[in-house]
Amino acid sequence: MAFITANWNPLGEAFYRKTDLYEMSWNLQDGLRDSLVAAAPYGGPIAFLREPHRCSPSSRPLLEIYSSSGVQITSFPWKSGPVVQLGWTVSDELLCVQKDGTVLIYDLFGSFKRHFSLGQEVVQTQVLEAKVFHSPYGTGVAIVTGSYRFTLATNIDDLKLRRLPEVPGLHGKPSSWVVLTQDRQTKVLLSNGPELYILDNTSCTAVCPPGVSPLSGSIVHMSVSFSYKYLALFTDTGHLWLGPSHLQDELIKVDTKKMTTPKQMVWCRRPQSQQPSVVLLWDRLLLVAGVCRDTVQFPIEEPCVLVGELDGVRIISSTNQELLQEVPLVCQEIFKIASMAPGALLLEAHREYEKCSQKADEYLREIKEQSMLGESVRQCVEAAAHEYDTNTQKSLLRAASFGKCFLTDYSPDQFVSTCRELRVLNAVREAGVGLPLTHTQFKQMTLQVLIDRLVYRRLYPLAIEICRYLKIPDYQGVSRVLKHWASCKVQQKDLSDEAIARAVCVKVGDSPGVSYSHIAAKAYECGRPELAIKLLDFEARSGEQVPLLLKMKRSQLALSKAVESGDTDLVYTVVSYLKSEMNRGDFFMTLRNQPVALSLYRQFCKLQEQETLKDLYNQDDDHQELANYYVTASYREKQRLESRLSLLQSAVDEYNKAKNEFAAKATEDEMRLLRFQRKLDDEKGAGLLGLSLQATMEALLALGLHKQAEQLYRDFRVPDKRYWWLKLKSLAEKEEWEELEKFSKSKKSPIGYLAFVEVCIKCNNKYEAKKYVSKVTPEQKVKAHLAVSDLEGAADAAIERRNESEMVVVLSRCPASDRLLIERLNRARATAAKK
Amino acid sequence: MAHSGRRDSPELPDFSLLKRLARDQLIYLLEQQHEVDKLYKVEYKPIISTSDQVCFLIRPRIQTVKWIYVANADKAAGKFRRYKIIFTPQKFYACEAVLEEQGLFGDVTTDEWAFYLLPLDDDIISLELPEFFRDNFLAGDQRWVRTVGSALHLLHSIYGPFSKIYGIGRCAKMAYESWKEQVEEGDTKARQAEIGNAFLIDRDVDYITPLCSQVVYEGLVDDIFRIKCGCVEFGHDVTSSDKSVKVMLNSQDKVFSEIRNEHFSNVFSFLSQKARNLQTAYDKRRGMDIKQMKTFVSEELKGLKQEHRLLSLHIGACESIMKKKTKQDFQELLKTEHSLLEGFEIRECISFIEEHINRQVSMIESLRLLCLLSITENGLLPKDFRALKAQYLQSYGVDHLLTFANLRQLGLLVEQQPGETLTVMESKVGKLVNDKTAGKLTDAFSSLAKKSHFRALSRKLNLVPKSDEEYDLRVPRDMAYIFSGAYIPLSCKLIEQVLERDSWTGLEEVTKLLNGHEFAFTDLRAKSDAQRIILVMFLGGCTFSEISALRFLGRERGYKFIVVTTAITNSSRLIEALLGNKV
Repeated sequence: MAFITANWNPLGEAFYRKTDLYEMSWNLQDGLRDSLVAAAPYGGPIAFLREPHRCSPSSRPLLEIYSSSGVQITSFPWKSGPVVQLGWTVSDELLCVQKDGTVLIYDLFGSFKRHFSLGQEVVQTQVLEAKVFHSPYGTGVAIVTGSYRFTLATNIDDLKLRRLPEVPGLHGKPSSWVVLTQDRQTKVLLSNGPELYILDNTSCTAVCPPGVSPLSGSIVHMSVSFSYKYLALFTDTGHLWLGPSHLQDELIKVDTKKMTTPKQMVWCRRPQSQQPSVVLLWDRLLLVAGVCRDTVQFPIEEPCVLVGELDGVRIISSTNQELLQEVPLVCQEIFKIASMAPGALLLEAHREYEKCSQKADEYLREIKEQSMLGESVRQCVEAAAHEYDTNTQKSLLRAASFGKCFLTDYSPDQFVSTCRELRVLNAVREAGVGLPLTHTQFKQMTLQVLIDRLVYRRLYPLAIEICRYLKIPDYQGVSRVLKHWASCKVQQKDLSDEAIARAVCVKVGDSPGVSYSHIAAKAYECGRPELAIKLLDFEARSGEQVPLLLKMKRSQLALSKAVESGDTDLVYTVVSYLKSEMNRGDFFMTLRNQPVALSLYRQFCKLQEQETLKDLYNQDDDHQELANYYVTASYREKQRLESRLSLLQSAVDEYNKAKNEFAAKATEDEMRLLRFQRKLDDEKGAGLLGLSLQATMEALLALGLHKQAEQLYRDFRVPDKRYWWLKLKSLAEKEEWEELEKFSKSKKSPIGYLAFVEVCIKCNNKYEAKKYVSKVTPEQKVKAHLAVSDLEGAADAAIERRNESEMVVVLSRCPASDRLLIERLNRARATAAKK
Repeated sequence: MAHSGRRDSPELPDFSLLKRLARDQLIYLLEQQHEVDKLYKVEYKPIISTSDQVCFLIRPRIQTVKWIYVANADKAAGKFRRYKIIFTPQKFYACEAVLEEQGLFGDVTTDEWAFYLLPLDDDIISLELPEFFRDNFLAGDQRWVRTVGSALHLLHSIYGPFSKIYGIGRCAKMAYESWKEQVEEGDTKARQAEIGNAFLIDRDVDYITPLCSQVVYEGLVDDIFRIKCGCVEFGHDVTSSDKSVKVMLNSQDKVFSEIRNEHFSNVFSFLSQKARNLQTAYDKRRGMDIKQMKTFVSEELKGLKQEHRLLSLHIGACESIMKKKTKQDFQELLKTEHSLLEGFEIRECISFIEEHINRQVSMIESLRLLCLLSITENGLLPKDFRALKAQYLQSYGVDHLLTFANLRQLGLLVEQQPGETLTVMESKVGKLVNDKTAGKLTDAFSSLAKKSHFRALSRKLNLVPKSDEEYDLRVPRDMAYIFSGAYIPLSCKLIEQVLERDSWTGLEEVTKLLNGHEFAFTDLRAKSDAQRIILVMFLGGCTFSEISALRFLGRERGYKFIVVTTAITNSSRLIEALLGNKV
C-alpha cells in the first residue's frame, strides 16, 4: 500500500497528491521562458507564442499549438500585430488578443477563422492586459486599456461590447484584477493598492471584505476559483486571504511569509470538498495553502505553468506534466494507511484471495459482519474511477467484481458504466491523443462534448469507436462524427473532386442525420462548386438541395430540383429569386422549360401582376391565351367604352392569329353589340350596356322598342326559335294579346303553337290560350287541350289519333263524375288495343 | 333501407379523435396563444372592433390575403393594431409575398395551423379545399398536392398502416409520392391497423358522374339546397314558417340516415310510412296508466318529438324538391341525360340542349348538358360545336368565351377533330389492318390522348345497363340505382373492379383509355385484419351520389368505405369552378 500513498502530502484533514500525467513529447529549446502560454482546461490544447512583443518583420514570433501531451498540432509564424494574451474558447478555438484591441480567432489547426475588434477607442489607447474567461454564456474577453478603463464581451459568438464605468482614483495599471460571474452578471473585481473595487455595468463600488484590512498591504494578486465561488487575494506583505467570491465572509488568512508576488495563483479544490486551497507559484517554489493555515511546499526546478481545472491543477513544465489534486475521499479511505474502511478491507480480501490465502475469507467476514459489502463494492468502483494508474484501476475493479459475487441483489449498472467510462478515459489519455481528463471532469463535460473535442482534433476513428462502444444512437453519435469528417474531407485540396465525392459517399452512405447538402455547402464555401454539385446528387431530399444551388447560382438546376421535390413553396421561392436575379427574357425562357413553375407563376400573376401575364403569353406566342387575357381585361374596363373596345379589338386580332375564327367572330359581335347598346343608351337611356344579346333584346321588348329588337334579331342572326320564344314571352308578360295574335300570324311559328298555349296559360289567360289550340300540330293536340283543361277536346284528339298512351293520360285527368267521357275513352282504348 | 347488408361487414374506425384533435388545437391556438375573445368572418370590409389586436384565421389564398389590406386602411386612419394571420393548413410563400408587396409584412405576424381533415360523418372526411379542383386541374398548380399527402399521412399515422394502396390519376400519384416521402421521414410505430386499403382517384378520371343530375335523396338535397360542411339551411318554403332552419345532415339524424341513400322516388312513400309509425307511437299514450305514462314521457317522448321535428323537415324538403323537380322539364332533362349516356337519339338531345339554351333555363345547367354531350360523344361535330356555343354566348354574354377556353382545356367541351370521329377511325383501322401495319394502329390510338373514350369505357365496364329490362328502384341490383338504373358511376365501378381483382391486372385496356397513371403498392409488413375497410380518396371532390353508390357496394360485398375528399362537389360546383369570368 505504501507506494500509493507515497506522494500524498497532508494538509489539514486532506491529502494532496501530484500524479504524473505525461513526459512532454515536445522539444522546447528555451523552455517556457519569455513566451505567452495558454492551456485550455479539461485537458485542452496548449498554445505558445514565443517572444510575443517582437514584431520586426525579419524574425517573426512563432505560434505553436500542442496537445496536452506535447504533440505538436501546428505551428506558424505570427504575422499580425503584437499579442497581449492568448486564450482558448469552449469549442477549442484559439483567441489572440492584440495590443490594438483586435481579437483574432484560429482553429485548432492554425487556420484563421475570423476576427473582431474590442472597440475603436482601444486602437489609440492600446490593450494593457487581457483575460479570457468562461461563463455559462460561453467564452468572454475582458481588457484593460491604456486609459485604465475596462471593456468586456461576455460571449464572443454573440459580440456585445460593454465599456465599464471609470474607477475613481485609478491612475495606472490596476495592481490586479479578475472577472467574476455572479447572479447572471459579469463583473470585474480589481485592486488598486490596498483598495478593492467591483465594477459592474453601471457602477463602481468600493468593497472591503471582512478580514482584509487596508493596513495589511496592497493586493498584488487575486484569483477566482473554477466555479467562481471562491476568491483568493495576495498582498505584498505575504498574506493570503481566502473567502467566498461574494466577499461577505472570510474563510482563512494565511501568512506565506513570501514578499514577492507569485507568478501564478490558482484554486485547487475538488467539487464537494470542504477544504478549498490555493496553489501559488513562484520561480522556484510551488506552495499549497489551505484553510488549515498550513501549507505544502514543493520545490521546482524549472519554469512551469499552472492550469486550473475543475478538480485540481495541472502543472506543465518543459519536460513533464503533473496533476496536483486533493486525494478524493473514497481513495483516502481505501488507501490511507491502516484504513479499516470496507473498501480497503475488500481490496485486501481480494489480494489475499489471489494469493490463495484463507485470510480472504476473514476479511470478507469482517465486512459482512458490518453488513458493508455493498458499500465496499461501491467504494472500490468509485475509487477506481478516480485513479489515474491503470494497474490501480484494475486491482480496484477486480476487488469490486470479487465482492459483487457475494451479493445477491446488487445492481451492476455502476460497475459496468464505470468500466466503460474508464476504458474511454484511458483511450483519450493516451499520449497520442493527449486529453488528460479525470473522471470528475469527464462527468462534468459530458460524453457529447468529449466527442466534439475529439472531432475538433480530427480524431474521427477514435470518436466513432467510442460512439459505437458506448452505443450512442447514430443520430447523435456516429452520424455527427461523419458529418464533421465529411466537412473536413471536402477541404482537402490535394484530392480530386471525384475521389472526395466517392470517399464521402462510401463512408457516409445513408447514415441517418447526415445531410449531404450540408457537406456540399461546406465544399462550396471552400471554393469547390463542382464537388458541391457532385455531393448534392447524393442528397435524397431534393428540397434540401435547392437553397445551396441558389447560392451557387445554379438557378436552372435549383428550379428543376424544386419542382422535383413537389414542394410548391420551394418552387415559388426559386421563382421569385430568379425573377429578381435574371432579366425578363431569360426568366421567361427558364420558366418555359418548367411547366409546373410556369403555371404557379401564372396563378400568382393572374391575381397580382396582370401586365406580367401579358408579357408571359407574348413570350410564348400564345395567342389564344393572350386573346383571353384581353377579353378579361375588357371586363375590368367597365366604365370607358373606348378602351374596352380597343381591348376587344386586340383580342380579335389575337384570336385571328390563333386561328380561332369562332372566338374572333364572337368578339367582333360583342363589339358591335356594345356600340349598338351605347347608341341606344344615349338615345333612349335604356341602360343596356354590358348586357348579353338575349338580355338586350328582352330589355328592348320590355321597353316596347320592337323595331330595334327586330334589328338585332336580323343583324346578329338570332335563330328564329330564340326570337319567337323571346317575343312570345315578352308579349304575354305585358299582356299585349292583340300584338301576340298578330305576331302568331306573321308567319308559321318555328316553335310550334303549343308554346303559345302554355305561355298564355302561364299568364292565366285561358281565353287567349284557346285561340291557339287549333293551330297546334296533331301530335301535340292532346297536350294543348289538356293545358286549357278542355277534356272533351283532348279526348277527341286522342281518339282521333287512336293513341293509347295519350288516352291513358286523358283518363288520368278525368274526374270520376264524368262517366260519359270515361266510358267513351275506355271504349276507344279497347278498339285501339285490338288493332 | 330495404335490405340490411351482410352481417360480417366490419366496424368503421372512430373519427371523433380527428375532430377532437382539431378542436383542441384550435382552442389552444386561439385562446391560449392569442387570447382571442371574439370571432368574425373575414370579409372585404373594414374591421369594426375596438380591440387593439386582430387575428385572422384564413386559408392561404392570395385572394383572402388581399382582404387583409384593410389593415392598411387602419394605418391610414392612424390606428395601430397588432395583426396576426394564422394560415391553415399551411402558409404559402406567395401569400407572404403579397403581404410584402402591400407593405404589411412588418406589421403582421404569421402562424400556421396544420388542420387537414374535417370528419363530416361516420364515413365522410373532407379536406374542405374546394379550390383544389380549379387550382390543380385547370391552373396546373400543384400546391395542394403536398397538403393532400400530409392529410393522408395523418390518417395513415392514426388509423394505418395501409397494407394496399391503389390509385389512378396523375395527381393521385403525386399525392401518394408526397405521402410516402413523409412516411420515410417520420418514424412509424407498429399499430393495429384500422384501415386496410386505400384507393386514390383523380376527379379528372371521371367527369361524367359529377355532371349527371343527382336523384338520390342526399345528392338531390345538395343539388337544390347546397349542403355546406354537412349542414344545410332549409328556407321558409321547407319549414313552412318565415324562419329558415339549419340542419346537420349526418347519421345522427335517424330519419335522414335511412333515406339519404334512397332513390328519390322511394323517399316520399318511406316518409309517409314513417309518419304513420310515429302516429301509432304517439297513440300508445291513450289507455296508459299513470306509471306507463311516466316512463313514456321520460324515455320515449323526447325521441319521438325529435323524430317528429326531423320528419316534418324532411317532408317539407321533399315537397319543395317535388315542386321543383316533378315538372315536365325535369323528366325531359333526365331523359336527355340518359339518352346521352346510352348514346342514342343524339340529335334529339342536341335540339333539347339548344332549346334549353334558347329559353335561358339555367346558365349552369346548359353548360353541364353541353359538357355531358361532349364527353359522351367524344367531342361535338364542328357545326354543332359552333352553333351551340354561339347560342350560349347570345344567351349569357361573350365573357363565356373564357369559360369555353377553360372547358376546352380540361377536355370537357371540345370539337371533334375532322377525321377522328369513331366511324372514320374505324375505317382507318380497317385499312391499316389490310396494310399489315398493325403497329401503327396503337400509335394512332394513343395519339388521341386527353380524349374521352366514354363509349368504349362504357362497353368495357358495362356502365349502362340494358334499357329493355325493368329496373326496380326499390330493390336496387347494382350501383346504377343512384341514376335511376341508367348508369353505373365510372369512378365507383373502377373501385369495384380493382378490389375484385385485387390489382389492376385485367384492366389494362380500361386504364389505357383513361390515360394510364394507375399504380398499386403493397406493404407486405402491414398485414392486418382491416382489409375490408377501404379508404377512398377523391382528389378534386366527389358527389353524394358516389358516396351512396359506394355505400351500396359496401353493403353488397361486405366492405366498409371511408370517403376522403378534397371537398364535396356536384355539377353546379364543378361548372362554377370553371367559369371564366370568375377572377
